Amino acid sequence: MATIYIDNKPYDVTAGKNLLEACLTLGLDVPYFCYHPAMGSIGACRQCAVKVYRDENDTKGKLFMSCMEQVRDGMRVSVADMEAKEFRAHVIGWLMTNHPHDCAVCDEGGSCHLQDMTVMTGHNYRQYSFEKRTYRNQYLGPFLNHEMNRCIQCYRCVRYYKDYAGGKDLDVFAAHNHLYFGRHEDGVLESEFSGNLAEVCPTGVFTDKTLKQHYTRKWDLTTAPSICHHCSLGCNTIAGERYGTLRNITNRYNGEVNGYFLCDRGRFGYEHVNSLSRIRKPLVRSQLPEATDKYLALKAAASAVKAGRVIGIGSPRASLESNYVLRTLVGEDNFHHGVSDMDHDLTDLALRILREGAARTPSLREVEMADAVFILGEDLTNTAPMLALAVRQAVRQKPLLEQVSEANIPVWQDAAVRELVQTEKGPLFSATFTETKLDELATQTYFASPEAIARLGYAVAHNICLDCPPVEGLKKEEKKLAGQIADALLAAKNPLIISGTHCGNERVLKAAANIADALCARERAAGIVLTVPECNSMGLAMLGGHKLESGLEAVLNGYADTVIILENDLYRRAGEATVTNFFKACKQVIVLDHLHNRTTETAGILLPAGPFSESDGTLINNEGRAQRFYQVHPTAEDIQESWRWLSELGTIVAHDEISQWHGYDDILRAIVIELPAFRGIEAVAPTSEFRIAGQKIPRASHRFSGRTSILANVNVSEPKPPEDPDSPLSYTMEGYRGQPPSSMIPFFWAPGWNSNQATNKYQQEVGGHLKGGDPGVRLIEPSGTGEFSTAVPQNFLPLEDHLFMLPLYHTFGSEELSIYSPPIMERAPEPYVALNAADAMRLKLEDGQTLHFTIAGQNYDLPVKTSPHIPSGTAGLPIGLPPVPFAELPAWAILNRNLKWKKQPQTTF
Amino acid sequence: MELPLTQHIVPGRKPLSLKEYEKVGGYQSVRKILKAMTPVEVQTLVKDSNLKGRGGAGFNTGLKWSFVPMGPEAATPKYLVANADEMEPGTFKDRLLLEGNPHQLIEGMIVAAYAIQATISYVFLRWAYKLAAQEITQAIQEAQEAGYLGENILGSGFSLEMHLHTGVGRYMCGEETALLNALEGKRANPRAKPPFPQVSGLYGKPTIVNNVETLCNLPHIVNNGAEWFKGLSQSPDSGTKLFGVSGRVKKPGCWELPIGTTIREILEEYAGGMQDGYLFKGLLPGGASTDFLVEEHLDLPMDYGSIQSAGSRMGTGTMIILDDQTCPVGFVHNLQHFFAQESCGFCTPCREGLPWVEKILLAIDRGEGKPEHLLTLDFHTKYLGPGNTFCALAPGAMEPLQSALKYFREDFERHIHEHHCPWSKVWQPSI
Repeated sequence: MATIYIDNKPYDVTAGKNLLEACLTLGLDVPYFCYHPAMGSIGACRQCAVKVYRDENDTKGKLFMSCMEQVRDGMRVSVADMEAKEFRAHVIGWLMTNHPHDCAVCDEGGSCHLQDMTVMTGHNYRQYSFEKRTYRNQYLGPFLNHEMNRCIQCYRCVRYYKDYAGGKDLDVFAAHNHLYFGRHEDGVLESEFSGNLAEVCPTGVFTDKTLKQHYTRKWDLTTAPSICHHCSLGCNTIAGERYGTLRNITNRYNGEVNGYFLCDRGRFGYEHVNSLSRIRKPLVRSQLPEATDKYLALKAAASAVKAGRVIGIGSPRASLESNYVLRTLVGEDNFHHGVSDMDHDLTDLALRILREGAARTPSLREVEMADAVFILGEDLTNTAPMLALAVRQAVRQKPLLEQVSEANIPVWQDAAVRELVQTEKGPLFSATFTETKLDELATQTYFASPEAIARLGYAVAHNICLDCPPVEGLKKEEKKLAGQIADALLAAKNPLIISGTHCGNERVLKAAANIADALCARERAAGIVLTVPECNSMGLAMLGGHKLESGLEAVLNGYADTVIILENDLYRRAGEATVTNFFKACKQVIVLDHLHNRTTETAGILLPAGPFSESDGTLINNEGRAQRFYQVHPTAEDIQESWRWLSELGTIVAHDEISQWHGYDDILRAIVIELPAFRGIEAVAPTSEFRIAGQKIPRASHRFSGRTSILANVNVSEPKPPEDPDSPLSYTMEGYRGQPPSSMIPFFWAPGWNSNQATNKYQQEVGGHLKGGDPGVRLIEPSGTGEFSTAVPQNFLPLEDHLFMLPLYHTFGSEELSIYSPPIMERAPEPYVALNAADAMRLKLEDGQTLHFTIAGQNYDLPVKTSPHIPSGTAGLPIGLPPVPFAELPAWAILNRNLKWKKQPQTTF
Repeated sequence: MELPLTQHIVPGRKPLSLKEYEKVGGYQSVRKILKAMTPVEVQTLVKDSNLKGRGGAGFNTGLKWSFVPMGPEAATPKYLVANADEMEPGTFKDRLLLEGNPHQLIEGMIVAAYAIQATISYVFLRWAYKLAAQEITQAIQEAQEAGYLGENILGSGFSLEMHLHTGVGRYMCGEETALLNALEGKRANPRAKPPFPQVSGLYGKPTIVNNVETLCNLPHIVNNGAEWFKGLSQSPDSGTKLFGVSGRVKKPGCWELPIGTTIREILEEYAGGMQDGYLFKGLLPGGASTDFLVEEHLDLPMDYGSIQSAGSRMGTGTMIILDDQTCPVGFVHNLQHFFAQESCGFCTPCREGLPWVEKILLAIDRGEGKPEHLLTLDFHTKYLGPGNTFCALAPGAMEPLQSALKYFREDFERHIHEHHCPWSKVWQPSI
C-alpha cells in the first residue's frame, strides 16, 4: 500500500498501480480514453492530466498524465487544480475539432464514453471554426459498422485487435491528423474477437451492426444479466430487449471469467431468439389446427404422460433447472442425456478428472496467469474461443515475470512492456490434429492423430513423474519433444494443461489428467482446463442420467412408448436412421424447444420453450462454476421456461414432489436437497424474495423513455408493470437505483458514466474483481483421489480404402443455435472435407474436387480442402455445420472409390 | 583557430579515402582506445570533456552513456545509432560532416560503440541525403576491408557491425525513440520515457542514439584529451560547433567556430551581414523549433546557457534570419504547416492542436483573422508545452510561435485589424 494525497486528502492506494487506476479505484472521476484496464496505458490521448507536486512546499506543480505515473508513497496530486481542469477541457476541445458532433444519429449516443468525458470536463462551446477532415468508411463484414469520422485516435482499437487479440487485419494508417484506423482494404475482419471493438472504441467508430438492424438506445433497452449459451465457458453477458425482440448482447464484466471481452459467436449469435423459426404457440398435432392453446396442450401432454411409459431426454443446452424437473418428472431411471454417447462418456470422464484429479481447474483469469501451457487435441479458437484469448495472454506471463520485472517497467506501461518483450513468449506447446490459430504462438507444435497426441501426453507425464506409465515405441523426436514439454512445465510457476472432449478421444483426456497429476505429485501448482461440448454439458454430467442410446433402445424394446424431449434436436445427436426409427416407435413425442428443427417436426405435442433471454436458469460451465441467467423480458403467455412447462405438467399429473413446488426458488431448493453435488448453487444469486430497501432491481434504466406512451394508442392509462415471480428483478425502471449484488447486474451505469466504462464503478479495484466478489459458485474441487491412468493407446494405423474421420470445429457454424443468427451464418464456411495433402495426391484429388465416403451408413459427397497438417490416413469433417449430416466422430469413413470423381466442387447434398 | 571537425573538409572536393584519412591521423583514436583504454575510461573521458549532444538537447554525452548497463550481466546485443536524420528546417550542419568526411563519423561511432560495448550500429540517414548515402556506404566498406569494422577489430576482441539505414523522410525520426521505432520497421511514433533507450532501446535492448556532430567530436577528444577539448571553446561549453545561417544574408553557409562565438560575429563576419535593402528583424537561433531572438540579443554568445537565459535554445546552432520584408505571420505559418504535417498523430494536443494553429495563422495571414484567434494561439502556446504532449515536437513547434506572439504581436494585430497582410502587395481573395 502507499499513501497519496489527492487535493490534500490522504488515500491508501495499491503500490505499483498507475495514478489513474488509483483515482478510478477511489471512485474519483478522472476522464480518460486511451487507457484500458485490460490493456494498460500508452499516454496517447492526454485526457487524464492531473497536477503533481514535488512536495508539500511545491505550490506550482506540473501537469502529468495520471495513466503514465506510478503511485509513490507520499505523492501529492490535484485533480481539481484549475490548470489541470482547463487542460482536460482543451483536450476535448481538440478532439472535437474533427469530431462530427453527430450524436443524434450515432449508434453510440447515450452510451458513449466520449460524450461522458466531454460532459465531465465541462467543454461546452466549440471554438474551432474551420473545416473538419472526413474519411471514407470501410465494409468490415457482418458484425461491425465503421464510421471513421467519429474517431478520436485513441489507438485502443488497434491495441486491442493486434496486440491483445492477435488480429492481423486492422491497423493504423497515415499520420498527423489524418490517422486512419481500419483494414488495408474493405473486407471482413478476420478475428473471432472483433466484436469487442464496439466496446473498446470509446465512441461510435466501431458499432454493433446487428444492433443497427433493430436499433435502440442503450437507455431504452430492457436488460438482464445473462450467461452465454454458445460454448462451455459460461461468459457473462448482458442481453438487451425492446418491444419483444432481442436487440444486442454486450459484455458483462466478470473478473474471474470473461473480464472485458466476448467472442463474436457469443456477441452476435443471439439472433436465433428473433428467428422466424421460433416456436411461438403450443401445438397438439393430432388436434390441428385449433389445438394451439396452452391448456389444451398441457392437458394433452398430461394424458400422454399418464397413459404412457415415459422417458425423458435432457439437454446440455437447457438449464440445470429444466433438466432437473424433467428428471424428477420421468424418474431418475428414465432420464437420459440428450447427447451422443461419445459426448456423454467424455464429459463424464472430464468431470471425473476434475473431481478426482489432484490439479485444480483454473478460471479464465487464472489461465491468463499461467506461465507454461500444453494443449492436447483442442482447437481452442473454434471450440472455446475465449479460452484461446486467455492463452494468448498467458504466453506473455513468462516474459512479464522475468524480463519486465527485472527492467523495473510497470506492467501497465503497455508500449514499453511490448517493446522490451518484443516477440519473446512463454512456453506454449500445442498437440493437435489440425492447424489452429494458436500455432503461431507455440514454442512447438505437434500435428498427429488423437492416439499419437495421447501417447505424447502419456510420455510427458512419464517424464515428469516416473509413477506414470512409460510409452513404448516413440520416435526419437517425439521423445525429445516430450522431454522438452516436461521440462518447460516443471520449470513454470503455474503450469497449465488444456484438453477437452472435442477431439473425441478419452485417452487424450486421460493423458492430460496424468500430466496435471504428475505435476501435482512433483508439487507444482498445476492447473487443468477441460473444455466440454456445450453450455450446460457439465451441469448435465453432474446431474447424472443414462445414455441416449439406452433411451432409444428403451422405446425400441417396448420398455417405454412416450418420450419428453427437452430442448434438443436428436438429429444432431445420433445417426439419421436411428433417430427416425426411434420416432417411428414412439407412441407420443412431447418436445419442448424454442426453434423448429427436425425433432420438433416429429413432435405430437410441442411446447414453446423460452430461449435463454426468456428464461431464468442456472448453467454450469466447464470449470464447474454455477452461474445464473435471468429472463430479459416478459413473454407471451404461451412461451415459458421449460422447467415451468414441466412443473405445470407435473402438477397436472399430481406428481408427489413437483406439485409441492411453487416457483423457481422451490426447484433450486429441491436440487440442493436431493443432490449434494449441487450444494452451493443456492448461493449463486439471491432468491426471488431478495429486496434492497424493500425494492426490486430494475431491468430498465431510469433514463428509459416513452414507457407511458408505448401503449397509448390502445389505452392512455398506464398498464400495471408485469411481475417477475422468479427473481428480484423488476421488468421496468422502478426499483433500487444503487448497485445490485454482483450476480444480478442488469447494466453498468453510474452518474456521469453512461457507457460500459461505468464498469469501473462496480469493481473493487479497476480491472479487478466486482464488488462483493465475482459472480458464480464453483462446485468442483479436486480431491486428488484418482490414480494415474495406464491406458496408453497403440499408435494410429491407417486402413486401406478408409479414412479415420476426425471432427473439425468452427467458431461460426458448429454451434447449433448461433447458426440461426444471419451474421454468424454469413461467416460460416462452406461444407468441406479436410484431407492430408499427400493423401489427396494419392487419391488424385485436388482442392475443390469431391470426395465420396460413407460413415456408419451415411453417404457424404464433399469438396476437398487439403491441409498440410492433418495426419495421413485421417481426414477432417466439419461438425454441426449445416447441411452436413450428423456423424459420431471420430469414426472410420469408407471411401467410395467406384464413384467417378467429379471435376466441379459440389456443395449441396 | 583549431577546427578539428572540418579540418579535412574542403567543399567541392571528394572526401578523404580511408588511406588519405589514415595518413592525416584517422582512426588513431580507435587504435588508442582498443589498446589502452577500458570502455568505462572512454565514458569518463567524454564525460570530463563536457561534450554536449549536438542534436539540440545539449545533454552531456558521457553522462548519457553512463546509464547503459555494463558488465557481463547486461542485456545483449547493445546498439549504437548515429542520428543523421537531419530534418530540422534551416539545419544543414550534419550534411557537411556526412558528405565532407564520412570516415570521421565512422571513427566516432567505433569510439562510442566501444564505450558502451555495442556490437551493432546503424547510421540512420535522412532520405534526401543521397550523396551522403553514397559516401557513407563506400566509407563503411573501406573501413570493413581495413578491419576497423566487423569481427575482432584490430585483433582487440571487440566487434562492431555497421549498417546504413535511409529513412523515408519524417521529421519525427529525429526524435531518438521515434527513430528507433522506425528502425524496427514500426510507425515512427515516439516512445514514453522511462524506460530510456539506454535500458530498452532498439528491439528492447540497451541503445545509444547520438547526433552525427556529437560522434564526430569523439576521435578528437580521445586523441587530444578532455582539457584540450574544453580549451577549444570561449564559453563554459566545450569544443567547437558547426554554426549555420540561412535567410537574407549576403553569404549564407555553415562554419565550424568555437562555442561561445557571439551571434553578431557569426552574422556579420561569417554570413556577411544582411543583404542590401533588408533589415534584420529576428532570428531563430537553432532551427525551426527554437524561440525567436531579436536585435537586443545579437551580442549573446552562442552557447547552451546564454541562449537559454534569453528564452530560447541553441538547438542545432543553425540560425534562420527573419528580415523586415518578410511577413512574420506568414513565416510562422510556414513553420506551423511543417510541424502540423510532421506530427505523427499519436497524442491529441499535437495532432489536433497544430493543424488548428496552422489554420488560424493562415486565416490571419489572409486577413480573415479575428481577435479571439490570438487567444486560441495563446492557449496553444501555454498547453502544448513539454510534458503536456507526448514528445517534444509540439513544444518545439510552439517556441517560434510564442516568441513571435511576444516580439511581433503588433504585426499579428495589424493583420487582424486591417483585414489583410501588410506585407502583401496583392490583395488575396478569401479562402
